[in-house]
Amino acid sequence: MTEIVGGYFTSHVPAIGGAIAKGLQGDPYWKPFFDGFPPIRDWLKEEKPDVAVVFYNDHGLNFFLDKMPTFAVGAAHEYHSADEGWGLPVYKTFTGDPALSWHIIESLVADEFDITTCQKMFVDHAMSIPFELAWPDTEAWPVKLVPIAINTVQHPLPSAKRCLALGRAVGRALESWDSDGKIVVMGTGGLSHQLDGERAGFINADYDRFCLDHLMDDPEALVKDSISGIVEKAGTQGVEILNWIAARGALGERPLAKRTENYHIPISNTAAASLVLEAV
Amino acid sequence: MSATLTQERQPIEGTTLFDGDMAQRGFALNAMCYSFNDAENREEFRRDEKAYCRKYHLTPEQMRAVEERNVLGMIAAGGNVYYLAKLAGIWGLNVQDLGAAQTGMSVDAFKSKLLSYNEYGGAA
Repeated sequence: MTEIVGGYFTSHVPAIGGAIAKGLQGDPYWKPFFDGFPPIRDWLKEEKPDVAVVFYNDHGLNFFLDKMPTFAVGAAHEYHSADEGWGLPVYKTFTGDPALSWHIIESLVADEFDITTCQKMFVDHAMSIPFELAWPDTEAWPVKLVPIAINTVQHPLPSAKRCLALGRAVGRALESWDSDGKIVVMGTGGLSHQLDGERAGFINADYDRFCLDHLMDDPEALVKDSISGIVEKAGTQGVEILNWIAARGALGERPLAKRTENYHIPISNTAAASLVLEAV
Repeated sequence: MSATLTQERQPIEGTTLFDGDMAQRGFALNAMCYSFNDAENREEFRRDEKAYCRKYHLTPEQMRAVEERNVLGMIAAGGNVYYLAKLAGIWGLNVQDLGAAQTGMSVDAFKSKLLSYNEYGGAA
């Protein structure tokens, strides 16, 4: 039977990629953020997952406004990184797990989630940076990938409640997947930040604390706000918390324990966090 | 419009929700920015900004905002910051520079403001 080892959540700020490329992990500005990751790497070394099912959002690498799916599930044999236009390195290619992808797709559509399927898709820094943080200095990623993209760019966005339900439906699909492998669920992005408008630079530590305190045991508390309410509390790009909420949903009802958590302000314009919820 | 949808439209100070209206208004500008994923296109823009803007059929409002490096103007003209960041990258500007430009602060003051949140949030 497939084992779900838990959830790994992290911010995916592009500047983190720049800091890794320049070797600034020990720099005073960066160290409080990077210090969150050795316990996460230790956990992943213990668990050795085979596949990562990752909820993330694209920032204009794969999806443009000509076609903007609300939920998109990757079903490719491999996923490439590419030039995003602002100077980040092109990252390693990811190996897909098309059989699992199609199982999730079948299960989601049967569950009445009318998702978009992608047999070809680029994945951007929102995928590569969390992998770089978790598995630095590897020749090839040690896990296969199933990417699930949530539209956090063009409103109307799916509600937080719907994202939690999507995640739970993905969780049901994973539980019915017959394999000897181990799966780690990931949610990337956030926490509070706003890049645009006169309110640029907005951060809300109280709301972030609320999310970190309730995600594990009371995710329903995070889905009471409308999208507009989340934008007001978390900032225009803070809505990336939707990826965390969906990933939490995919962990289902199994008992969880908080293995490690780190929260630091600021990384670039963002309140940055990392978290592992371990299945116990 | 239902009560819920009306509620969704409550304005948030200093914030533009990138919705259907903005997505329509900003399509040409965002399409141009999306093209900057390609290094050759970035180079073509650098060679002749105006010609490149015309090639993507930017509106006069968008043309002016780009020419004036007016970030709030680009947002008002439908620009989405994820795409605009690619344009800013050509000019050597990062999101903190954009933040400073939009809030009327110096980049140092903007960075200090972000650091000041640390007192509330606590470090690692």
